[in-house]
This record gives sequence, C-alpha cells and structure tokens, in this order.
Amino acid sequence: MKSKRSITTRKWTDRLVRAFSALAVALAVLTMLWIIGTVIAYGHHALRPSFLINPSRPYGIANGGIANALLGTIAITFGAAAIAVPPALLGGIYLSEYKDNRAITSVLRFSATVMMGMPSVIIGLFVYMIMVVPSGHFSGLAGSVALAIIMYPVIMRSTEDMLGMVPYTLRESALALGMTRTRTTLRIISFAARKGLLTGVLLALARVSGETAPLLFTALFADSWPTNYFGGPTANMPVLITEYATNSPFAEMHQAGWGAALVVMMLVLTINIATRLLFRGQNDGH
Amino acid sequence: MATKISARNLSFFYGSHQALFDNCLDIEERRVTAVIGPSGCGKSTHLRIYNRIFELYRDQRASGELLIDGVNILDPQIDVLELRRKVGMIFQKPTPFPMSVFENIAYALKLHFKLPRKELQQRVEQALRAASLWDEVKDKLKNSGLALSGGQQQRLCIARAIAVEPEILLMDEPTSAIDPVATLKIEELMLDLKEKYTIVVVTHNMQQAARVSDNTAFFFKGHIIEDGPTARIFTNPKQKKTEEYITGRFG
Ligand SMILES: Nc1ncnc2c1ncn2[C@@H]1O[C@H](COP(=O)(O)OP(=O)(O)OP(=O)(O)O)[C@@H](O)[C@H]1O
Ligand SMILES: [Mg+2]
Repeated sequence: MKSKRSITTRKWTDRLVRAFSALAVALAVLTMLWIIGTVIAYGHHALRPSFLINPSRPYGIANGGIANALLGTIAITFGAAAIAVPPALLGGIYLSEYKDNRAITSVLRFSATVMMGMPSVIIGLFVYMIMVVPSGHFSGLAGSVALAIIMYPVIMRSTEDMLGMVPYTLRESALALGMTRTRTTLRIISFAARKGLLTGVLLALARVSGETAPLLFTALFADSWPTNYFGGPTANMPVLITEYATNSPFAEMHQAGWGAALVVMMLVLTINIATRLLFRGQNDGH
Repeated sequence: MATKISARNLSFFYGSHQALFDNCLDIEERRVTAVIGPSGCGKSTHLRIYNRIFELYRDQRASGELLIDGVNILDPQIDVLELRRKVGMIFQKPTPFPMSVFENIAYALKLHFKLPRKELQQRVEQALRAASLWDEVKDKLKNSGLALSGGQQQRLCIARAIAVEPEILLMDEPTSAIDPVATLKIEELMLDLKEKYTIVVVTHNMQQAARVSDNTAFFFKGHIIEDGPTARIFTNPKQKKTEEYITGRFG
C-alpha cells in the first residue's frame, strides 16, 4: 500500500515540476513578445521614408530623421569589430589549441570571465578617461574602442567553445599527415568551425549594437552626419533613443525615439535570426 | 624478410600512469602486421608512438627506442613532419577535412611537394585509384569530402595518407565504424597496399586479423605476450593467454 502511494506522489511531483517549468518558459517568451509588441505599438507611427532618410534635427525643427544615427551606429559597431575581432579570435585559438601552459590559460580564461561581467558604464568611463579627456573631444572612435572592449572577451570565449567542439581526431589526422600545428589550427580546425566562429562574432555585434552607457561617455551624439568619426561627437542609435524617448519634452521626438527603438530592435532580431539559420549547418556533420 | 620497424624496450607513460612495458617487436617490410588484444591493453598507445602523434599531448611520454629503417625516431633531432609523411595513419572514425574530395588529397600533397597543377591532378587521381575510390567519386571531386558514405570517407582518408608517398601505414581499428560490405573493401585494399607499404593494423576482429595479416602481435596489459606469423599464432599459440584470447575466452 505504502509503495503505491509513493508512486502517485512521485507522479504528481513530476507533473507539478513539469507544469512550473513550462510556465517559466512561457513567461520568458511572453516577456519577449510583450517587449516586441510595445516597441512596435509605440514606434510604428514614426516609420515614414523621411524618418529613415533624413538626419536628426535639433529640438523643435520638423522632419528630423535617424539616418545619421543609423550610419553612426554602423560605423561605431564595425569600427569596434575591426578592433576586437582579430585579437579575440587569436585569443580564443590560444585558449582552445595551446593548452601547454595551464596557469596562463586559466588566468586568461578567468580575466575574460571578469571582463564579461564588467558593467559597460565602467568601460565607458574608462575610455572617457583614456581617450576623450586627453584628446579634449568625444569621438566615434572612442565609442568603437569602448564597444570593442565589451566584445573582446565575448568573442574570445565563443571562439574557444566553437573550436572545442571540433573533434580531436581531426587535429590528430591533420598532424598525422605532417601538417604543422599552426596550419592545422588555422586551415583545418578554424575552417571546420567557421560557422560557429562567425556566429560568435555576429552575436557579439548584435549585443553591443544597442549598448548605450559606454557611448554616452565616448561617442555622445551630434545632429550631423557621422563624418567626424575620428574627431568629434558621432550620432548613434542608442543615445538617440535615450534622449528622444525619455528626455525630450516634444511629442514628435518622443515618437521618433520609439521609431528608432523599433529599427534597432528589428536589426538585432535580424542578426539573431540570420545567425540561427547560419548555425544550423555547424561542424559540417562532424 | 627485411625488418622495417623495430621496437626496443618501448615503454609509455600517461603522466605517471605507465601504459606500455618494455615492448619489443619487429615488424616486417611490406607485410600486414595485426595488433590484437583486449580493450585497454595498449594497442593504440603502441601505434601512436610510431608517428609521435602522442606528442600533441603534454603529459604523454615514451621511452626506449623505436627504429624505422634502423633510425631511432624518438630521437629529438628527427624531423617529425617528414616522419609523419613517411608514416601515415588511419583512424577509427574517418576524418575527412572540411573541403572537397579533390582538395582533401591535393591539400595533403601540397604540404610536402611543389607540384604543377597538371601533375597535382594526376597524383590525386592515382591516390584515389590506389584506394579503390576513383570510380565512385570521379564525378563528385568538387563535392565535400564529408558528403561521402562512411566507408568512402575512410577510403578517402587512406587515399590522402598514401598520396604523400608514405612507407608505413598505421591503421587503428580502421573498419570498426563501418558496415560489413565497406569493411570487406577496405580489407581487400589492405592486401593490395601491402605490395608497396608496410601496414600495421589494430583490430578487435579475429577473423579480420586472420584474413588480412601475415604476422600478429598479441598485447596484454601493456606487455607483448606473443608475436609471430598469424597462421602459427592462431593455430598453435605458445602462450596460454594468447590461446585464451583468440579462442574468445576473455576480452
Ligand atoms: N589519454 C589518456 N590518458 C590516460 N590514460 C590513457 C589515455 N589513453 C589511454 N590510456 C590508458 O592507457 C591504457 C592503454 O590504452 P589504449 O587506448 O592504448 O588501449 P587499446 O588497446 O587501444 O584499447 P581499445 O581496444 O579499447 O582501443 C589503458 O589503460 C587506458 O586507460
Ligand atoms: Mg585503441
């Protein structure tokens, strides 16, 4: 009798746990849908062609757009990628392929983890101190440097993970043919993991393209085209959104802020979906 | 019969764990030598010394001598890249590179030889023919090597290994991940290949050892218990352990 009851209890516990887990997942999905819905609801009014083509205009001037901020964000993000991606890939390769010094590897890995948890506002402040203050001006480049610092450990760790997924026998069979260690790593292992590596880079790009705090201290903002990337404040989407959607007293700018938020959200979602499709074929069937 | 490989008091260590103990073994040139023994007895470990592939791992170490054509290849002065060209290796799981069938072989060739395009193509074809794969892949040379069947992938790996003109082929359970028909093809291939190459094959399959090998070495717990002509080992083993193993009483 006793054992029978305990079976029923177990069954009910099992059902309960399952129900709550499902609920938790549903909550996460609902939150996402709610956010997307809200941004669309508030932002879609702004999406007129002129909004996407015109640069932003100072307070009170009609027909402002976001084109300069969009270009600025692209410049700042790609600038960050240009700075961070090559060394981050190399760092990831070192962590994954050259395990000969455990002490160095574990220090590197730990510091990457610390850097991933570093609040982005602190990174912004840091770049402000080392670039903006000495040069006497804000710049898009300083924004890129801040975002690069954020991307770096993320890409390094994803590279390490992706290379780690390539089976060891592939390394061995390359070496067994008389291939050097370097060539094996760069030509065979990185190539086998190429989709995963690209995915890591894209996800890091998507992640930093909406970072606001570091840009407030570095790129700041300007109602002009981002021609002054190296030497002056540079328009960008996150700062535009912050300023317009919350700090502005004008209804039109308020709406523009939400419109800009919608554009950023769609870009990030696109990158994420593209990455997902890309990652499907990871590892070439290994 | 000439001796191609000669292990002299070969021991092997994984960190502080000793896996091989004073192995002594002579391997004849242009013959197939089967390495048999229960799981974990050190067959792979022994084979992986021949091309020094174990050096990829920091805490692995071999001691003693391994002579190939009379030269101790464990000598640090030896050029391992050249050693590995001479001593090819086929693994249990096929490992084509993530590139086309053609490039899989061409890439290996380009590592060791500077060849004009025309000759490169000829050598790729030769290698594929030698691995009896040419007829099956000649129309899909541009397809990914990973798109072939398991048995074809394994023969691609064999073609890749023989393309660089080795003298020795090491095969560690080359057919254990492959279906019986493909296995038969690879066994036939081994009999062809021994005209030119010295082959050492690890196998768990006693029938396979009997079918393909001229000589057999029986490993047990890191020791070589017995070695000699396959026919004698299988019909008239000197050691009790050998007899017990080949009659399937353990392992
Ligand atoms: N990477 C390793 N680190 C530590 N010990 C190892 C390692 N690889 C193998 N060994 C040990 O060395 C011994 C021999 O292993 P080995 O792989 O050579 O056996 P094997 O005869 O090839 O077995 P199998 O037939 O299962 O492939 C075993 O005791 C094994 O546990
Ligand atoms: Mg083995």
